[in-house]
Amino acid sequence: MALCRPEVICAYPISPQTHIIEALSEFVKRGALAPCEFVNAESEFAAMSVAIGASAAGARAFTATASQGLLFMMEAVYNASGLGFPVVMTLANRAVGAPINIWNDHSDAMAARDAGWVQLFAQSVQEAADLHLQAFRLAEELSGPVMVCMDGFVLTHATERVDLPSQQAVDAFLPPYEPRQVLDPDAPYSIGAMVGPEAFEEVRYLAHARQLAAVERIAEIGSEFAEAFGRDSGGLVHSYRSADAEVVVVAMGSVLGTIKEVVDAQRAGGARIGALGVTSFRPFPLDAVRQALGGARRVVVLEKSVSVGFGGVLSTDVALALNGLAVPVSTVVAGLGGRPITESALRSVLEAAQGGRLEKLTFLDLKHELVARELERMAARRRSGPSAENMLRDLGIVGAGG
Amino acid sequence: MAPVRFYQVGSFAVGNRLVDRSERTVQSDAGRSNSLTSGHRACQGCGEALGARYALDAAMRATGGRLVAVNATGCLEVFSTPYPETSWQIAWLHSLFANAPAVATGVAAALRVKGRSDIRVVSQAGDGGAVDIGFGCLSGMFERNDDVLFICYDNEAYMNTGVQRSGATPPAARTATTEAVGPHPGNVFGQGKNLPEIAMAHRIPYVATATVADLHDLEDKVSRAMAVHGSRYLHILVPCPLGWGSASSDTVRVARLATQTGLFPVFEAERGRVVRVTPIRRLAPVEDYLRIQGRFRHLFDPEGAVAQPGVVAALQSMADATIARYGLLAGAEAEPRQGTGTGTEAAS
Repeated sequence: MALCRPEVICAYPISPQTHIIEALSEFVKRGALAPCEFVNAESEFAAMSVAIGASAAGARAFTATASQGLLFMMEAVYNASGLGFPVVMTLANRAVGAPINIWNDHSDAMAARDAGWVQLFAQSVQEAADLHLQAFRLAEELSGPVMVCMDGFVLTHATERVDLPSQQAVDAFLPPYEPRQVLDPDAPYSIGAMVGPEAFEEVRYLAHARQLAAVERIAEIGSEFAEAFGRDSGGLVHSYRSADAEVVVVAMGSVLGTIKEVVDAQRAGGARIGALGVTSFRPFPLDAVRQALGGARRVVVLEKSVSVGFGGVLSTDVALALNGLAVPVSTVVAGLGGRPITESALRSVLEAAQGGRLEKLTFLDLKHELVARELERMAARRRSGPSAENMLRDLGIVGAGG
Repeated sequence: MAPVRFYQVGSFAVGNRLVDRSERTVQSDAGRSNSLTSGHRACQGCGEALGARYALDAAMRATGGRLVAVNATGCLEVFSTPYPETSWQIAWLHSLFANAPAVATGVAAALRVKGRSDIRVVSQAGDGGAVDIGFGCLSGMFERNDDVLFICYDNEAYMNTGVQRSGATPPAARTATTEAVGPHPGNVFGQGKNLPEIAMAHRIPYVATATVADLHDLEDKVSRAMAVHGSRYLHILVPCPLGWGSASSDTVRVARLATQTGLFPVFEAERGRVVRVTPIRRLAPVEDYLRIQGRFRHLFDPEGAVAQPGVVAALQSMADATIARYGLLAGAEAEPRQGTGTGTEAAS
């Protein structure tokens, strides 16, 4: 991030984003990023608003948040994209309460799915670093905001050897920000006027067109990045041993590491299995996904979020990409609120998929008995008590005294 | 030779022609910037349009035209910029309702990074955007002492959405959510925020209040605010004919009565201390202020007699308390004699 020469950084602390902004605030205070201002905002809503103002005045603006913070700033999140400001934001993916939970899943990013931001998911710490460089390049070219999603704790708190490029190389890749529209007394604009039914749809269409253009630019910038830095980070999707695979697992973020391990192990056992990592969730690369999955017999979408009352979120997009092909798509909701996604659980899911036994929607490792008991309690008594506490008591985690 | 005397009956105003050129109002200068130019869609007699025009033009003069304005959602934003029209002849940005102070902070930070210290930032909102929904961002901006002048145009309710109560609505006032019904008609007593005093509690460099009844004073305060750096706050009382139920031609009169009754104190504060007050020159009973506004109509019966003496007395004691608190009567002049033409004199 620091190599991207940010000019205004504003943030409000929230786990697991804190050490990102702590480090940046220290860099700014030491003068290592000069000229750069660090604003300690009083809320996430203010943080995104400061970024909007800074971007409108022509500065490269950055913020970072997670979970409740993203939801608290949501009005400004939509505003930044509506006004076309190339703010870049790190989202340290975390569950959304209630119940309050600080651990990783993708519920926060999914809540911002339709906000008009580009959403890129990192598989590793290295990729997270690389994606930030590409994010600024993309945002400023398109004049629209980009969110770099990295799994909370799993990636944000991981210690991993990371290859950081030289400032010179970054400067060659990422030219200074040239705003499309800027607040300037010498050429005064009114930015943010009210638009009625006569043009609103057209303005929204332009935002859609910007995202469609992003599909191409994300791929191209990814290739340019690979050429300049020798790493295949970014792009739209990443296939892993899926060319001849009968079953392909689709996922986003760090869980792909575990998935690849399982794929390797099962491949060694003769199973024709592969994986597809989706880097660009918005815009969703329908063609690239269709191309990568079209040859599969069965697709399993493993996702760290749930559309309550419906099922998968990413799965819906994947199913649409496969529209018209006879490729069944199963959804596996996994890792909610930081629950570990283990190799053995993944193995059994994939074996079920290969045997055609995987259901349309599965909650990985769900403790069915526990849920059934609580549902029974709720049906029996109106005031059956707090569900989480009841279930924790059933598990023997809290005492029976309370 | 005896000094020349000018006599103005029943007014304390001194015409522009009578004062030194350097002291004349910004609006009297043909070179004024017309920051908020004509053709906008504000109601007739809109106090906010009047206040904004004077405030922004004064800020433009104070900065030599090097100004950026950030606007909260509200009447001022809606009536000035129905796409594709705009009445703003300055660099102007509207983002959201609640975030005008934070957006201005971002603009100021960017200008600092860009080495554009010549460009100054003004942020503006109505009372809803300042007292209520934007309060968190405003307090944050104050606390960090960001280099922004924030102007609140206070018309004491949510006028843009149809006159609903805000945290700045006075007691007893009828709004669409504090109707004049029940045993305690209108807004309740004992609630509401005093934002100028809250701003002072942040110990920011400059806090001032003004009204559209004294536009010269308003301009002076904008100029003084722009002469200092850090967070500054200007609270301007702007009557709203629509929401207050006052005649369009009475906007200035209503604003003047707000100050002359003591209900709205006009003062300046530096670093949390009041340093100047504008004394009441012709004390008026609150009844005079209440009678000309439809939002207080329920306090009087159809014949014009006081129907709610307890409420009027409570409002009078609020005014008395404000007068005592700010010392608004100290140094006040005696009432001018009627009809003898000795109101004010100015030596040439």
